[in-house]
Amino acid sequence: MTTDEVQEQITAEFEAFNDWMDRYNLLIELGRELPPVDQAEKTNEYLIEGCQSKVWLVPEFRNGLLFFKADSDALITKGIVSLLVRVLSGRTPREIKNANLWFIDKINLRQNLSPTRSNGLLAMIKQMRLYALAFELKNPDKTA
Amino acid sequence: MKKITEIRKDFSILSTSVYGKPLVYLDNAATTQKPSCVIEAMNEVYTEYNANVHRGVHFLSDKASEAYENAREKIRSFLNASQKEEIIFTPGTTGSINLVAYSFGERFVKKGDEIIISTLEHHSNIVPWQMLCDRKGATLKVIPVDDNCRLVFEEYTRMLSKKTRLVAVTQVSNATGVVLPVKEIIEEAHRYNIPVLVDGAQGVQHGMNDVMETDCDFYAFSGHKIYGPAGIGVLYGKREILESMPPFQGGGDMIEKVTFEKTTYNALPFKFEAGTTNFPGAIGLARAIDYLRETGPEYIESLEKDLLGYTWSALSEIPGLKMAGGSVPGVPVFSFNLEGVHHYDAGMVLDKLGIAVRTGNHCAQPLIERLGLDGTIRASLCFYNTREEVDTLIEGINRVRDMFF
Repeated sequence: MTTDEVQEQITAEFEAFNDWMDRYNLLIELGRELPPVDQAEKTNEYLIEGCQSKVWLVPEFRNGLLFFKADSDALITKGIVSLLVRVLSGRTPREIKNANLWFIDKINLRQNLSPTRSNGLLAMIKQMRLYALAFELKNPDKTA
Repeated sequence: MKKITEIRKDFSILSTSVYGKPLVYLDNAATTQKPSCVIEAMNEVYTEYNANVHRGVHFLSDKASEAYENAREKIRSFLNASQKEEIIFTPGTTGSINLVAYSFGERFVKKGDEIIISTLEHHSNIVPWQMLCDRKGATLKVIPVDDNCRLVFEEYTRMLSKKTRLVAVTQVSNATGVVLPVKEIIEEAHRYNIPVLVDGAQGVQHGMNDVMETDCDFYAFSGHKIYGPAGIGVLYGKREILESMPPFQGGGDMIEKVTFEKTTYNALPFKFEAGTTNFPGAIGLARAIDYLRETGPEYIESLEKDLLGYTWSALSEIPGLKMAGGSVPGVPVFSFNLEGVHHYDAGMVLDKLGIAVRTGNHCAQPLIERLGLDGTIRASLCFYNTREEVDTLIEGINRVRDMFF
């Protein structure tokens, strides 16, 4: 599936609910389903510190693709984290760099990613793109 | 006495809706809403007599200057200060503390000296002193708190020494609502002739505005936390100390005579008000203080006392709710956590229910860390809140519990 197709799927899942509480319940559920990052990997190296909630993002490069494991200490944040992982994990660095994350607006999560919401999510997206760029620069032949 | 329904009409923002739910505004420790008379007073400045103060020879400038100086007089009377010259307008509490840290520090603090603060401080009453200590080679001493967030007074008395240049403490902890024994702190410091700065940002709106009573040497507060506009604040300082301090910033209005060789400075309070000040803000703040006087300080106190008791007992009944401040707070500010729920998650859900609270470390990271937490949910009330709003908060908290368990 392309990133757009995954985003369409996510949008459909969320648009089934009109009420914010139902949408949050879905995010909580998704947060619970996302496998937690091992305690041993929750180091400063992988920590994206927001002023309110923390996010851990662990990259792994396999066969030209970039995979992400991620976690958060807050459950709703973790739910949103799981959506970003779903869209961007297991893709080429180029796909990650170029992906337009339109689903965030579509399901009204923009508020959670505004620069003033210091939950680490905005920084997480930046970090995902930075990892993509770094892997691309380190492995020019593998990511062509 | 105005009924609460009448009071709420003065604050039109309180009847707005968010996400289709009536707004329940419980973030008053962050900023308070403004009564319409304050908004009108500022509007009047801009529509009827806007002109630069203390400069023009013309009618409008005179009128604006007069209104600005009248505002200063109102603040003086509100703080029970003895002279108008002791009232300096600043951008806010942070601006006031930075002024003292720079200017008092420049004159009186040298290598090896000590400044005392408490664990209960907001970052604004920590960082300016750290910066001063770094500049001068001085040391910052911190009065500890016990597990119930209460100041360990004996430790404080032990800290005071010949090296102490200043004590700077808050009246009320912004993160927990705990009230500090400021009067006793000042008495103790004055035994050694050490001046005390009081951060009044969280106390001024709860009737702790008498500088004569506490005999503090400096008092700082923000307009926006006492129903006035943002961007205006006050520094009160005893005249004798203010006279002995060098200016903080250079510019217009703070000078007496400028030549390229030498500049002499204006008298108090203008010495500390460089540049065009926020005179519309000062006028708005004075109007807010008038509003409080008209509404009645005792009446306001009784309304807040009622809310405090009601909220405390309602919160105490929620299973798994743990108050960060230990026992009952001194002002209606409640800082707590729900077992098994991240404070940020709770805040997000409450937000969508129309309930505005603050979550996180409340710009008091050292205190939150001392309490072994990484943040709290803070509901801060004031006189225009109602018991019904508290009920909505309680329902919201129960909803949060249901969602995360």
